[in-house]
Amino acid sequence: MGSTNSTLSKIPNVEELMQETGFTPAHIVRLYDRFEALDKEKTGHLRPQDFGAINRLAMNPIGDRIIGAFFSPGQETVDFHSFVRILAHFRPADKKHPKDPSMPEPVNSRTSKLKFAFQLYDQDKDGKISRAELLQVLRSMLEMQVTEEQLESIADRTIQEADLDKDDAISFEEFRKSLEKVNIDHKMSIRFLR
Amino acid sequence: RPLIVDQGYNQPVIVDQGYNQPQAFNMDQGYNQLQACSAAVCCAPPISSTHLYRECIVLWRELQRQSPDDVMSPPLQVLYKVYMSFVEVGPENVQTADYFKGVASFLIVSIGGTMVGLIFAALLAFITRFTKKVRIIEPLLVFLMVYLAYLTAELFSLSAILSMTFCGIGCNKYVEANISQKSRTTVKYTMKTLASIAETIIFIFLGISAVDKSKWAWDTGLISCTLIFIFVFRALGVVMQTWVLNWFRLVPLDKIDQVVMSYGGLRGAVAFALVVLLDAERVPAKDYFVATTIIVVFFTVMFQGLTIKPLVNWLKVPRATNRKPTINEEIHERAFDHCLTAVEDIAGLNGYHHWRDKWEQFDKNYLSKLLLRKSVYRKSELWEVYQKINIRDAISVIDQGGNVLTSARLSLPSMASRASFPEVTNVTNYLRENGSGVCLDLQVIDNVPGAKVEEESETHHFLAGNLYKPRRRYQSHYSRHFMTVGDHERQDREIFQRNMKSRMETFKTTRHKRHSHKKDRSQKKRRGSDVKEQDLNDKPRRNVSWQDKDPVVVPVESEDEKGEHLEPEKEEDVGITFVARKVPDTPKERPKSVPAGLEVCQSPSVAPPSPTCSERNLPWKGGIGTLPVCVSMEATKIIPIDLQQAWNQSISSLESLASPPGPVEPLHPRVSALSRLGGQRPVSYSGSGVSGSGFGSRGAGSIVAQGIARFEFPPGGEEKDEEEGALSDQEQELQPLMSSSVRPPGPPPPPPLAQGLGRRRNPCVYLRSLVTAPPPGSEPLARSRGPTQL
Repeated sequence: MGSTNSTLSKIPNVEELMQETGFTPAHIVRLYDRFEALDKEKTGHLRPQDFGAINRLAMNPIGDRIIGAFFSPGQETVDFHSFVRILAHFRPADKKHPKDPSMPEPVNSRTSKLKFAFQLYDQDKDGKISRAELLQVLRSMLEMQVTEEQLESIADRTIQEADLDKDDAISFEEFRKSLEKVNIDHKMSIRFLR
Repeated sequence: RPLIVDQGYNQPVIVDQGYNQPQAFNMDQGYNQLQACSAAVCCAPPISSTHLYRECIVLWRELQRQSPDDVMSPPLQVLYKVYMSFVEVGPENVQTADYFKGVASFLIVSIGGTMVGLIFAALLAFITRFTKKVRIIEPLLVFLMVYLAYLTAELFSLSAILSMTFCGIGCNKYVEANISQKSRTTVKYTMKTLASIAETIIFIFLGISAVDKSKWAWDTGLISCTLIFIFVFRALGVVMQTWVLNWFRLVPLDKIDQVVMSYGGLRGAVAFALVVLLDAERVPAKDYFVATTIIVVFFTVMFQGLTIKPLVNWLKVPRATNRKPTINEEIHERAFDHCLTAVEDIAGLNGYHHWRDKWEQFDKNYLSKLLLRKSVYRKSELWEVYQKINIRDAISVIDQGGNVLTSARLSLPSMASRASFPEVTNVTNYLRENGSGVCLDLQVIDNVPGAKVEEESETHHFLAGNLYKPRRRYQSHYSRHFMTVGDHERQDREIFQRNMKSRMETFKTTRHKRHSHKKDRSQKKRRGSDVKEQDLNDKPRRNVSWQDKDPVVVPVESEDEKGEHLEPEKEEDVGITFVARKVPDTPKERPKSVPAGLEVCQSPSVAPPSPTCSERNLPWKGGIGTLPVCVSMEATKIIPIDLQQAWNQSISSLESLASPPGPVEPLHPRVSALSRLGGQRPVSYSGSGVSGSGFGSRGAGSIVAQGIARFEFPPGGEEKDEEEGALSDQEQELQPLMSSSVRPPGPPPPPPLAQGLGRRRNPCVYLRSLVTAPPPGSEPLARSRGPTQL
């Protein structure tokens, strides 16, 4: 497809991007189109307001957190590379890749997906999900009909179940362990259609 | 040659081919008959293979989720009908156009049936929204509506089975939420039973037919070819279809999955049913078909069915594990869903999550409002899951003989939920209904209680131990001097009355000295049989005095029974089930359970093994120092507000107990008290006050735990309600011993204790009231107390 090539050539470092994220050229092109659609002012960067323009995101309980996840700490904008990198987390895992210990962990491996999810909870980036953070997430996810008391019960129970070292917070390891039976690959992947 | 649709178990439609040249019979009428037969044969009903497969394969689970059971079998039957109609018409009349019409009718019938089913699903869900007051008809309603869906579809010659199926699928979510738990259970088990019965009957019939030679005709060629071909073509079909599907799947189906899927085509009851239904006039070769079908069924069900499990094991297919749902997983899965939806939106993809989210929004805003009961509609699903998990845990703990504890961190149930409290009769029910209020402190249940819990349990242990002991004590006396213990209550009463009479004279003088508090009257009145019990307990005191130094050895074991006897007598409307668990050595293991809103006294575990009788009897003596001030703190947290007062009473009594009773004499307190009897005014026990007050039971106010050294012989009147005076004395006790000068002041109990607590619900209190043992030593007995015996 001719358009693919021309679009690809517009993107700097596209080879490296594909290598790192495992997207096919078609995927990259599609994402680039989307990026440009979101980037109304054609600055080549996305700002939080651009994300906010997506209407459906406003209805999502954790939409804000997701948007926040796109922006690395301290950065105000997202360029195309970061955009793609974050989205690469959600690519289905490749079963066929041989495990190459010398390579860094692929972006869409199970662990990376879990890390991403963990960061959604852990807003202050201290490596643990504290009770307060959990409460925040619960509050946003549960609709109005649950009282504060009930929320706290749920939070307590959640921590109780997952917390193995009894520090009243959930570390990444505990988080991972509590989800070991869940098919993360399935739950945290979307198909990037051609 | 038209293709026949083979369904196989839970598979997407797999194409199988019929065969065309059997030698044994005349093929003039051939194709159509064959097709009909093949349709029957290939129809592999899910029913018979259900249990086998369900446990085996994870993948199948996913498939099942996507293509629910029984959905594909009906189309096959539709096909069967189509062919039958061709047969009827006669082969010479079948034209090309008819084939197309056949296909079209297939579609119409299927889709029409589905629509009818969905309409009835909506109707059913809507009706169940209003059945709150008539719960009993809910299961019936469910069955009838589904049957109605079936009949309606039949009426219009649409696919009845599809309509039934989709009726069930469509209304599942709403009906399950609307109807009561019992109705759910009823429906579930009735359907399972009916399905089992139907399956059994069919297989019995199959077996009989196999034996009955008149029903079938053997043809080797036909049969062997059928067997080979169903296997081969099924595998072919699976491969082709998975190749197509893998283009769209997130997790592709690999070779092993395909092997298992193709091997798993069991044909059973439905195939047989259909073939037997063939019209022998129209289909002269019916007998051959019947024979073939029987053989196919036998082969697939028995051979394939039995070997699939070893095959799966050998291939190391991952199995579906039944995992206990955890709240963690639930929360995180939901979070992931939201996350994925957001990402899809960001990336501009209209993917699976996007549509699913849309559907859920639509459902939430329109459908659920219409079809779900209001109270259910408001609840959030995550909360429901949380409650279910909690309840499940609580029930399993109780089933194992443990006790459900509510941690102090637990938030009290809201008042609204507590309004239903009176109907609760035991912990399980309470939990079922008010799961929200209970958050199991799993750590406590794991028998690793913290220090605080230990203290509390010790306290309870002490209390309970004391509560029970007195009763036992006097019982042992009874056994010696009186009739054997049969009916406790009756006996107690009798003895009580006897004793009181004799005591009346003795204590008339003492009674003058007591202040009479009018309010005590009400207290007294409320102490129904409790007082009687108390008085009975008095008896032993007296006995003890005569025997001076008779160490009353109380077999600890019996305490438990005693305790249990006590409660039932005490309980009136609300039975609180106590889970008695003996803890051999230390009080530590005994879980303290005081669920919010319930006072569940644990069966007292054995007192710490101590040699002296009094120590045994008065376990708190051993650990008096550890008696809790924390008891009151903890306790107050757990009690329902309306019982708070009474509880406070009890607690304050307890606290007074906290003060060491002075030199612990190995004597039974009663003994010591009694010994003083002659010289002094009788000591009054407090205790009854507390319990009585607390719960309106004339219980032995002896929260004797207070170790009040006072000991008082119950004035005759006490037991009997006529004795107002005594009541007043007992009232005294209501001021938990704190009033006693000896004790450290505890929180003064609110005077109108008992009045507030009309409920005599608390066996715990009652028990407490039975606790005896005023430690010797202190005695400012300015007042004589009411009979609190222990």
